[in-house]
Amino acid sequence: MVKDIKKLEKIAQQLRIEIIKMITNAGSGHPAGSLGIADVMTALYFNVMKHDPKKPKWNKRDRLILSNGHVCPARYAAMAYAGYFPKKELMNLRKFGSKLQGHPSYTDFPAIESSSGPLGLNLSIAIGQALALKMDKNPATVYCVTSDGDHNEGNTWEAIMFAGNRKINNLINIIDRNHIQLSGKTKNIMPLEPLKEKYLAFNWSVIVINGNKISEIIKACERAKKIKKPVAIIANIIPGRGVSFMEGKSEWHGKAPKKEQAEQALKQLTR
Amino acid sequence: MKEKNTSTREGFGEAIFEIAKKKKDLIVLTADLRESTKVDKFAKKYPSRFIECGVAEQNMIGLAAGLALAGKTAVTTSFGVFTPGRTLDQIKINVCYNDVDVKIVATHCGINVGKDGATHQALTDIAVMRTMPNMTVISPCDFIEAKKATKAILGMKGPCYLRLGRAKMRIVTKEKDRFEIGKANVLMKGKDATIIATGYMVEKALKAAFLLKKDKIHASVINCHTIKPLDKKTIIEYAKKTKAIVTAEEHEVNGGLGGAIAELLSNNFPVPIEFIAVKDKFGQSGTIDELYKHYELDENSITKAVKNCIKRK
Ligand SMILES: Cc1ncc(C[n+]2csc(CCOP(=O)(O)OP(=O)(O)O)c2C)c(N)n1
Ligand SMILES: [Mg+2]
Repeated sequence: MVKDIKKLEKIAQQLRIEIIKMITNAGSGHPAGSLGIADVMTALYFNVMKHDPKKPKWNKRDRLILSNGHVCPARYAAMAYAGYFPKKELMNLRKFGSKLQGHPSYTDFPAIESSSGPLGLNLSIAIGQALALKMDKNPATVYCVTSDGDHNEGNTWEAIMFAGNRKINNLINIIDRNHIQLSGKTKNIMPLEPLKEKYLAFNWSVIVINGNKISEIIKACERAKKIKKPVAIIANIIPGRGVSFMEGKSEWHGKAPKKEQAEQALKQLTR
Repeated sequence: MKEKNTSTREGFGEAIFEIAKKKKDLIVLTADLRESTKVDKFAKKYPSRFIECGVAEQNMIGLAAGLALAGKTAVTTSFGVFTPGRTLDQIKINVCYNDVDVKIVATHCGINVGKDGATHQALTDIAVMRTMPNMTVISPCDFIEAKKATKAILGMKGPCYLRLGRAKMRIVTKEKDRFEIGKANVLMKGKDATIIATGYMVEKALKAAFLLKKDKIHASVINCHTIKPLDKKTIIEYAKKTKAIVTAEEHEVNGGLGGAIAELLSNNFPVPIEFIAVKDKFGQSGTIDELYKHYELDENSITKAVKNCIKRK
């Protein structure tokens, strides 16, 4: 476990560099969301979660369910840096035969816990796992990452209603609230506000943080674990974080940078 | 007209934009995919007839059925993995059981989605859609045919499914070719076997037929753009003429075009059939050519199937 926040920030920056290289090399992918969630992935894999890269199926591990599967480059990079597989394999992203599929594939890569990509499906999976852990008296926590887009889907709200009713307290839903989706800003496509109040009305506890501040992410997770209800951490995030021309831009939701753009991005990230 | 290689989704986008001017009761809906499904131009020009639903496909189909019950023609747009993917009940009950004028347009169908991988490659949509009473299922093979198909479904009343691809594909039909729903187009005539293809597999079927000529095998090629209702007359006629059928589709082997043709022929004129389709497998990431080859959807797989089928006569 890495405690030094400066060190964690360095890792997150390293992940961003990998994300740009991976997506550029693949020629397609989702840079804005991936860059934005890099701090959350760093906090989870290097500080918050109990896990063992050498034993990915260790029974007492905390689980991470990624619902907005399209930001998987950030998770893949974090897992490579944590020691799940060699870093050089990151360049196989989206390649034929690779375990690093364009959207996460559980059968190709079981350490990612569940396949995802179609939005709105995986909060239910996370709750199902949390229920099973409780039945087995397993003390592990289930972390779920969901996005703005996930919250457009009815299935997500069915899951929220269920977890609130059943007081699923070993579940933490970290919301990648980056305020963009595929075709524009969320406030112009499908506004979610007041999001906090919605969760409260469904009997959840809510913590609002700056999701690009690793110290805040860690603190929120520690607090959340002690709460006797399901907890939503609304992580306000800057999409495209670290690359000036991508920050806040839905245009970078789902396209790879061209060679010169990638060079410019890498220059900014290595500064 | 556009350049030589372009996608069926672009054909739809152009046609819907053209039709909108005259057809005032036309409403277009999308679920956060206006650009990918090529209705962005329509959305800009006709904002009052465009409905952005957010990433909520089930609600979108329900809204469309409601609009249609109130007299509109509603066109929904998303990827094939989401509509029909997650909206089966809405399509079955809201749209088909009510028998209303909703056109479900799905892009990113088949394996040609490429690098996004299995979750985004619709391979079960034909099977699902052709089990629905009242539903018409159309799968055009190129840009030109996609334009005609769009106009044709908007020229009829009732539920329709239009299956489109993401990738650019060579144009194999001509502007002057006839397009009629439920009437298959015979593209090549040969006595030894018949390849019945749909969507982007039509191009592969034509390539295969030319390759087969080198081995002195003469195959007929039929473009089966309408999967439901099937053109029974033409298909039975060619089963009788050639006594060997190879079906080709970018779809699961279970329940697709091949299944529909097997059902038809087993009732009417049984002949050996070989199926070019994905064989009970999920897709995956890769370039289009890698995937066509891996899942045996390329022209060489078709020529092999034709030869096998002829041996079984
Ligand atoms: C059910 C479903 N419908 C549509 C899509 C296509 N899609 C992929 S990402 C996306 C927008 C998602 O918004 P968000 O998750 O907030 O994305 P980001 O912040 O990364 O831009 C859409 C509509 C999908 N993946 N799943
Ligand atoms: Mg977002």
